[in-house]
Amino acid sequence: MTRIEVLGPGCANCERLYRNTERAVKELGLECELEKITDLNVIMGYRIMSTPGLVIDGVVQFSGRVPSVEQLKEMLS
Amino acid sequence: MSRSPARLARLLLSLAGALLLWDALYGVLQRAAAWFTRDLLGLDAGTHLASAVEFFLYETPKVLLLLTLVVFGVGVVRSFFTPERTRAILAGKAESVGNVLAAALGIVTPFCSCSAVPLFIGFLTAGIPLGVTFSFLISAPMVNEVALALLFGLFGWKVAALYLGTGLALAIVAGWVIGRLQLERHVEPWVYQMTAGEARLPEHRTTWKERLDHGLEAVRDIVGKVWPYVLAGIAVGAGIHGWVPENFMASIMGRGAWWSVPLAVLIGVPMYSNAAGIIPVVHALLEKGAALGTVLAFMMAVIALSLPEVIILRKVLRPVLIAVFLGVVTVGIVLVGYLFNWLL
Repeated sequence: MTRIEVLGPGCANCERLYRNTERAVKELGLECELEKITDLNVIMGYRIMSTPGLVIDGVVQFSGRVPSVEQLKEMLS
Repeated sequence: MSRSPARLARLLLSLAGALLLWDALYGVLQRAAAWFTRDLLGLDAGTHLASAVEFFLYETPKVLLLLTLVVFGVGVVRSFFTPERTRAILAGKAESVGNVLAAALGIVTPFCSCSAVPLFIGFLTAGIPLGVTFSFLISAPMVNEVALALLFGLFGWKVAALYLGTGLALAIVAGWVIGRLQLERHVEPWVYQMTAGEARLPEHRTTWKERLDHGLEAVRDIVGKVWPYVLAGIAVGAGIHGWVPENFMASIMGRGAWWSVPLAVLIGVPMYSNAAGIIPVVHALLEKGAALGTVLAFMMAVIALSLPEVIILRKVLRPVLIAVFLGVVTVGIVLVGYLFNWLL
């Protein structure tokens, strides 16, 4: 099953990315494990330099921006 | 995604149209405000109320228009920069050169305070010196496009340019000073233990449409968030403009009171606000005799140092280093305040 992690210590942008991702996943009907990571040590493990970030199955997709639900759906399908 | 020339041409055409519209609106504002106040609302010129209302009706659309334009422009410029690219540019540069570059890049690299820690770690592990990293961290929040747009709109280009120049100088010198003090041992040890490395982000060629979208999104985001503060700030400013007598502020914040600069800065440091809320108030205070240097120093102190950012940085910096950071920047701002007062 796909594992999706939203990385962010908890600011407004990180929340928004999580909500957008949640919606994208629901609209696609995707079977996946969606998790929000706020632990800085884990986030740093992915070596991103700006939050929020999105990780799919351990691979960083992007960092530092909040794509729209539509853009996320494109990325996830 | 097709990148046909026709599409790009359409984009540029709509952009040109928008700019023309902007210019037309901007040009007509002052007369519109006067007409609205005197003819439509029928307020007698010269009364406090008329004065305040006209101020409000002129300044509000003017500031919002300026803000929109500048945020859009900077949003597009920012699409060319990423923290990863900035780090690549800064890695391997000696200090001094590094400090200057870092301060300059702080303006155009997208940055939000919750990214402070990942960015800090990313810079240090790439070998960027501590002082250079601080130059970036000081210039990024302080020299921001909202502050510059508002300063330009309310006080003219000279003040905006001075703010930009001294902001950069402050970031460069403060970062350099912190570097000289050799405080690396006051960075939390686990930071240096992290191995260098970089997330391999998938290739993404940004199209011009995406860049313009980025600008538009920035406008929706920032102006959308900030406009209530602008309105409130201008309303307060309008009140002060209309009712507070001239030179009322001169005794407390005027040039004569030498202690007003450090006092204003000390009050400003623990406060945090976005530039939009503070500047219109600053404008009105200035009209009533407050010295420009004092209010600008106050503004810098409010914007540059924020409690949330300090709390976040505590994760990677030990108290001594945080104290030095705060101290150096505060002293710098006080000096800038005196400089402004002396120059203007």
